[in-house]
Amino acid sequence: MHESSTTARSTTGHVDSPGGTGEVASSPPGLDRRRFVGYVLGGATLVTAADLTLGRVPARGAVPSLPQIPEIYDLEDLQTDAALATSQLITVTIREDGTAAFELPRMEVGQGIVTSTAMILAEELDLPMRKIEVTLAPARPELLMNQLTGGSNTTVSTFTPIRVAAAIARQQLLEAAAARLGTDADRLSTISGAVVDGAGNAIPYGELAADAASQVVKQVGVTLRPREEYRVIGTGRKRTDAKAAVTGQKDFSTDLQVKGAKPTMVCRPPTHRGRPVRLRNEKQILKMKGVTHVAQIPTGIAVRAKTFGQCIDAIRKMDVEWDLGDLAGENDESILAGLRAAELPMAVPQVPILAEQVDLDFEFMFRSSAALEPYAAIADVREDRAEIWAGLKVPILAQQNIAQELGMTQDQVKVNVVTGGGSFGHKLFSDHAIEAAQISQAMGKPVKLMWHRADEPRQGRLHPMCTSRVRATMLAGQVLSFEQRHTSVVTDFSHGLGEIITSTIDEAPTEVGRYLGGLGFAETIFTLTQELPYNLGAITQLLMETDQRFSTGSMRNIYSPDVCVAAELTMDEIARRMGKDPLELRLELCRNDRVRAAIEAVAKRGNWGRSMPKGTAQGIAVHKEYKGCTAVLVEIDCRPRTVNRKVRNAVTGPRVTKAVIAVDAGLVINPIGLEAQMQGGFMDGLALTLTSSCHLEDGRFLEASWDNYFYTRQWNVPPEMEVIVMDPDVDQPGGAGEAAVGSSAAAVACAYARATGSVPTRFPINHDTISFKPKSFIPPVPKSPTNGLKFTY
Amino acid sequence: MPKQTFVLNGERVTVKVANDERVLWVLRDLLGVTGPKYGCGINVCKACTSHINGKAFNPCSVKVGDLEPDDEITTIEGLADTVKGDLHPMQEAWIDRDVPQCGYCQPGQIMAAVALVRKVQREGGTITEADLDGIRNICRCGTYTRIREAVRQGARRM
Repeated sequence: MHESSTTARSTTGHVDSPGGTGEVASSPPGLDRRRFVGYVLGGATLVTAADLTLGRVPARGAVPSLPQIPEIYDLEDLQTDAALATSQLITVTIREDGTAAFELPRMEVGQGIVTSTAMILAEELDLPMRKIEVTLAPARPELLMNQLTGGSNTTVSTFTPIRVAAAIARQQLLEAAAARLGTDADRLSTISGAVVDGAGNAIPYGELAADAASQVVKQVGVTLRPREEYRVIGTGRKRTDAKAAVTGQKDFSTDLQVKGAKPTMVCRPPTHRGRPVRLRNEKQILKMKGVTHVAQIPTGIAVRAKTFGQCIDAIRKMDVEWDLGDLAGENDESILAGLRAAELPMAVPQVPILAEQVDLDFEFMFRSSAALEPYAAIADVREDRAEIWAGLKVPILAQQNIAQELGMTQDQVKVNVVTGGGSFGHKLFSDHAIEAAQISQAMGKPVKLMWHRADEPRQGRLHPMCTSRVRATMLAGQVLSFEQRHTSVVTDFSHGLGEIITSTIDEAPTEVGRYLGGLGFAETIFTLTQELPYNLGAITQLLMETDQRFSTGSMRNIYSPDVCVAAELTMDEIARRMGKDPLELRLELCRNDRVRAAIEAVAKRGNWGRSMPKGTAQGIAVHKEYKGCTAVLVEIDCRPRTVNRKVRNAVTGPRVTKAVIAVDAGLVINPIGLEAQMQGGFMDGLALTLTSSCHLEDGRFLEASWDNYFYTRQWNVPPEMEVIVMDPDVDQPGGAGEAAVGSSAAAVACAYARATGSVPTRFPINHDTISFKPKSFIPPVPKSPTNGLKFTY
Repeated sequence: MPKQTFVLNGERVTVKVANDERVLWVLRDLLGVTGPKYGCGINVCKACTSHINGKAFNPCSVKVGDLEPDDEITTIEGLADTVKGDLHPMQEAWIDRDVPQCGYCQPGQIMAAVALVRKVQREGGTITEADLDGIRNICRCGTYTRIREAVRQGARRM
């Protein structure tokens, strides 16, 4: 295997690129930008917080008027503005044992924010990482809009508040030491958890913590460390929970032992969003081995037993009368027909005189955002109170919804946030926690609810089916217009992002607010995220939504992967018509220096344009979002002997043999974590283009297993993979969690089109072949096999 | 209720449970050993991969009644005890390559990797691209590239 991804982590992997070109939040270096205000809270312990509502410096510089909204104000700005108002409620505590404690009001789902947050604290506190404890905050309603994990926004919105609070703590410790040593704080410095003077005296933070505390709330100013002095930020740090993960000690929701919370599962309807009418054989089920309780809830029939195996057995015996709901009779083609009927017209007429047109039309099928950890939650609901444990990215809203469901007030419901086994947008919703609460209340017992795998693609949140039409008009070697009409089954934004928009959109610059006025949540999010980094004349990208019957959500990178695939395939088609090389056209039309640098980096490292055998090809694509961009170059092998290679119960197909990703994520906190996000984002993009989708037939989704839903597997993984971390010389971090998905999906699609000589129009490309025998719908969960000892190795 | 006896991470255990209960639920729900994860229950995702008498198997697909009293079951919790030192070389390689993201599949990935390397070594070979392509364990975070690196690295010290 190619080992060069190792070198990409070293300094040789960094590529210098020009600084901000206007539209990205680049700030002039200097003291003013680093001056902030915060508080030392009153009490016996040193507790500090930032206040970014005071003396706030606008995050955005002057921007020339450009056609696309995200260049002026994007979803990152909106989420960051939403978080500012409550920044003073997020505190750093220095304990008397010399450690620092921080409750992060976000959710760790594998993206590495616990580690990167510890790094940011270590930097500003001058404290070793092992002395910093970062935990996940439970639902804190007073944080309002400042407890939503999504939009790749965690580091963007928490970077400055955390640094300010930490810097104030360090400043207090310096002052306490100065008082004790009878000197001035500015004659002292800090090193590795101690205050030191020039004479060799060192006082550990722990000894100063009580002195540094304040009896009353005190407002103080502080200056943050300049970038040149960073010693932790920007260095590669391994995950703080890695040892727990590799020894089986890392606990997820179903691993928690809550007294009396027995295994619980739900028998679900055959059709997507069908409903239970009644269980006809309740007595028989209650007599089954291990079964303690049965209860009907709006989504199905719940059963609680001594083991999950007994729950599965009980579900398989249930005789339930179902209301099939309003999707019965629908299939992929009928839903697609509805989308086609809703498509918005193009502004430029077809075949204008003299001009040449590229008209492309793409279809993207339903996909499942389910993580490997299925939806799971523990609920202990009593008469007058309830406690919940679950992976939740918007715990405040979960708390509200659960309280409403239980007929309680919000303060009667405690919601604990548990590290999630992946999310990808799935855990933005609290479906699992609400169900667990309903079941616990109905049974009068604590429950440990887990969805069966089969439940996930069939009843879980889906990335909506959509179409994307693109029309580009060219005249005399120039692109005059680029229109994209994206039409989608409705994406559910009821997880809290909608509320953030309503409450925060006033913060947007006037011209943005005017543009967004009257748009719904989905159109607003689409408009705040979609941007093409090319000079293509008049660009319009519009979203139209229809059909609210599906359980949907904002899967990793929301609209961008599909929009990017359609746009970048169109770029390749424009290049072909103009007789230009795809890279040449992109560089010629690129209107952003940071994007250009990323494209050039992958083209150079990936040896763009090298001679390749027939049936194989390179593809290149770029995506700009999250205050940064990613460029991806891939090589694909579509020769029959590769496409037809056999792996048991697997979709093999074309093999991407090499991937090179350049990421500009602004100021990088942890290059190792960033590289991991790029690799994972790539695996998602690869699956979206080649293999993963859900098939709707008669209102039922056919997929029920990982051998039906073809997420990337080892036999699909590129044997060569390299990540280049760009250094754009800016002070502000960008987003990383979702950044690689769109450009990866698009690069693979472009390579496939070039290798096969035809542009695919339906994604994933294998959707029309159903490569498995669908599992039964009644019963809705498969029997666990018993022949496992035949497959030992 | 029948009594089931087997050796779990070096200690003999006896559980009262029906013969047809799958080993995964005996481990997780009755014995509180939660390293092996549930991801599908039908021997597809491989998140529960553990060892039986040193070979990889998936407890979601084996009846506890099919275990013999002397069968040695090793879960991720017991892997390090099979070698000298704090951690198994494969766990060390995993940490060195910073493989985990969410971590949910990683116990199964490591147990599968150890068994794969032992198998290849038994057969007198070294890990090939085809061996790595053949690993069926799913990682929905997409840590596959680092898994490939870590398996090769761990194998060199096994």
